[in-house]
Amino acid sequence: MIDFGYSLSKSRTLRIDNLDDSRFKALHKLEPDAYKCIGCGSCTASCSAGVFTELSLRKILLSMQRGDEKEYLNQLQSCMLCGKCMLVCPRGINTRHLILSICKICSIEK
Amino acid sequence: MIYKGKQKIWSDYQKEIPDDHWFYVRSCIRQNFFPASEVTFLRILRDELGKDIYETPHHTTCGGIAYHQECIPQETQMTIIARQFALMTEAGYENYACSCITSFGLYCETLETWHEMPEVLERIRENLWKACRREFNIPKYLAHSSDLVYKFRDEIAEKAKYKLVNKETGEPLKVVEHIGCHYAKMFPSKGVGGAEYPYVLVGMAEKWGGNVIDYPERRHCCGYGFRQYHVKANRGYSISNTHKKFESMEPYHPDFIVTNCPGCPYFLDRWQYVIAEQTGKTYGGNGYGIPVLTYEEMAGLVLGYDPWDLGMQTHQIAVEPLLDKIGVKYDESKKYEGTGGKPLPEPEFPMNIRCC
Amino acid sequence: MAKDNVVVIGGGPCGIEVSRNLRDMGYTPILLEQQSELGGHLRKWDRLFPEGVEARKVLKELTSDLKGVKWFTDVNIESIQKSRKGYTVNVDTGMSFETKALVLTTGFKLFPAENKQEYGYNIYERVITNADLEQFFKTRKDSRIQNPKTIGFVHCVGSRDEKACNRQCSKVCCATAVKQASEIKEIFPDATVYCFYMDLRLFGRSYEDMYLNAQRKYGVRFIRGRVSEVSEDIDGKLYVKAEDTLLGKPMKIKMDLLVLMTGILPGDSTRPFAEMLKVPTGEDGFFTPKDTILEPCVTKEGGLFVAGACTGPKTIPETISEARATAIQVHKYLS
Repeated sequence: MIDFGYSLSKSRTLRIDNLDDSRFKALHKLEPDAYKCIGCGSCTASCSAGVFTELSLRKILLSMQRGDEKEYLNQLQSCMLCGKCMLVCPRGINTRHLILSICKICSIEK
Repeated sequence: MIYKGKQKIWSDYQKEIPDDHWFYVRSCIRQNFFPASEVTFLRILRDELGKDIYETPHHTTCGGIAYHQECIPQETQMTIIARQFALMTEAGYENYACSCITSFGLYCETLETWHEMPEVLERIRENLWKACRREFNIPKYLAHSSDLVYKFRDEIAEKAKYKLVNKETGEPLKVVEHIGCHYAKMFPSKGVGGAEYPYVLVGMAEKWGGNVIDYPERRHCCGYGFRQYHVKANRGYSISNTHKKFESMEPYHPDFIVTNCPGCPYFLDRWQYVIAEQTGKTYGGNGYGIPVLTYEEMAGLVLGYDPWDLGMQTHQIAVEPLLDKIGVKYDESKKYEGTGGKPLPEPEFPMNIRCC
Repeated sequence: MAKDNVVVIGGGPCGIEVSRNLRDMGYTPILLEQQSELGGHLRKWDRLFPEGVEARKVLKELTSDLKGVKWFTDVNIESIQKSRKGYTVNVDTGMSFETKALVLTTGFKLFPAENKQEYGYNIYERVITNADLEQFFKTRKDSRIQNPKTIGFVHCVGSRDEKACNRQCSKVCCATAVKQASEIKEIFPDATVYCFYMDLRLFGRSYEDMYLNAQRKYGVRFIRGRVSEVSEDIDGKLYVKAEDTLLGKPMKIKMDLLVLMTGILPGDSTRPFAEMLKVPTGEDGFFTPKDTILEPCVTKEGGLFVAGACTGPKTIPETISEARATAIQVHKYLS
């Protein structure tokens, strides 16, 4: 192979149609409210773990929809299940229950 | 701060607390952490105020910590609670007071569940009958024991030997009040003053001469948070959250912290030592920490009880600077003298925080 | 030719405009208002989006010509009886009015900001509402506003919030926030102004220009994140917590003034009238007309009409158009 001093650039486009969102679909079956999230950030702003770690329920839901397994599995580890997010969610989502359902789907022991 | 605005909220969140005849249950952990607090509660209610408070040795854990760590299912936990109610019913009481905030929250949750789902209540009745042939009535009134001390704060003030006032300056002491999360955050209407601006400890501290300070992280958890502490890998969160509170209250120079939960005073007290050893920082002035009291200890001090009878020698943070501010008389030589003159083992002293 | 009486309940912009139009068509409108002045919420507002027309001027225009409208203030409706001929409206001053057609223009109320306890309205000195700020714009007097250097606007206070028992969008507050943020920047040019929003809903003609102007001309900073809680620091300044969702980090900011954009709820009289007159209401508590698309001012009860903000949040021009349309519907019904 010849080095021309330049090369083909790799696309960083997210191919949403090729992503594996099966876990999110499974979650939606268990928790119809999963789609109600409008990403307002109230959960993260009041999260006692989010101040010290990357934990953000909003991002967990989004990364599940985008099939970014590494991202949401990593974040889930930080959740202490204190339920503070449940108190502030303006959409009335039972966030604590939602997280437990995600753990169930991902076979994580909490 | 608009005091009137708070008073408006406080008047919106008042609950009925009967005068007398209580079935009282202790906390699993308080007797180890703050060993004399519950005895002091009984001493105040029974001996000072002449109230009828009943206790039974048959009482067990409410299952709270196991439930919150998902070790036992809700049905099991509700059946444990049903058994406590059976003990109350058998003793002929209708008013139920508990010493623990975790239990209080769980009792509220259970009663609410039964209220919303009567079929669950029926199943629990059946469970209890099958398990131990007991039957129960739902308590007419449920209170946390701090609700009772709050209710009798005027009577206690009348009998007070000391005020929460700096003896030298005549200024009210600056008090940080910290409410256990499960007291009102889940069911705001069940707590005196609601969830955002709870009044139960404010009412006591103000009545007895203190001045409560409202600092930005007042609402925040003490840091315990069950899993945060119990899983060692998570323990950093626990102390980080506590640290956040101390950083936030520091500019106000509080004289002491008063709490109404089993876990909060423990963590607010002990973590000050760890923070000092990790960072070298102390929050109480002159190298001391900020003393952390239970509300029974605060009431006991006001009533002139011997601080060593109140178990204050078991605190990590030295209480002597506070005692001196109030002018409480105490005998330093008796600090580690146990009941019947038997000496208690003396603790080792930490490096970075003064403990007398 | 003497035409019929028509009773209109609620003397805000909508009730006034319904009455004026009915009067123009030869009817004798009887306009009943609970407050001691006509004008409703418009009385308390300083300027209106998007161009900043003075509310005072609009109100003056509306009330300048009420000849032929029999209007009464400080009246409370005691009861309304329905008969074959129409309605008998009895008021607390002892009067009663017969009418074949009854128009409800009972309007809205602002969400009581103190109900969102974590934002500390009436607890922290420097937390005010959108209505308070309009009052300040009018009078330039408010002890809570002392040359603020950092000012925040919180969108969606008591709207789009199931915890506040109001799931609905109040529709006009985003535009109001953008308007007020620009106006306050004009008064305090040195201040940094932030808007905390979940979604910006700037739906009307030239509202987008107002938004762009707020950014380009006034440098208003928009932060996409809902405020989770407010507390007060030792120096009396406010600590505001939110997530900067675009960055994905929790944030904390110290502020001198925080303005809560309180949402729109059905007026207090909506429910009693709904029960008295059997008008259906939606889950949001507002009156539900017969057909939300083709007959937005007509109810299933013959002779009973609803218009203005009592059927949902509306802007002033929308309210005015609806008032005029309602007058025509009433006329069609009566002739």
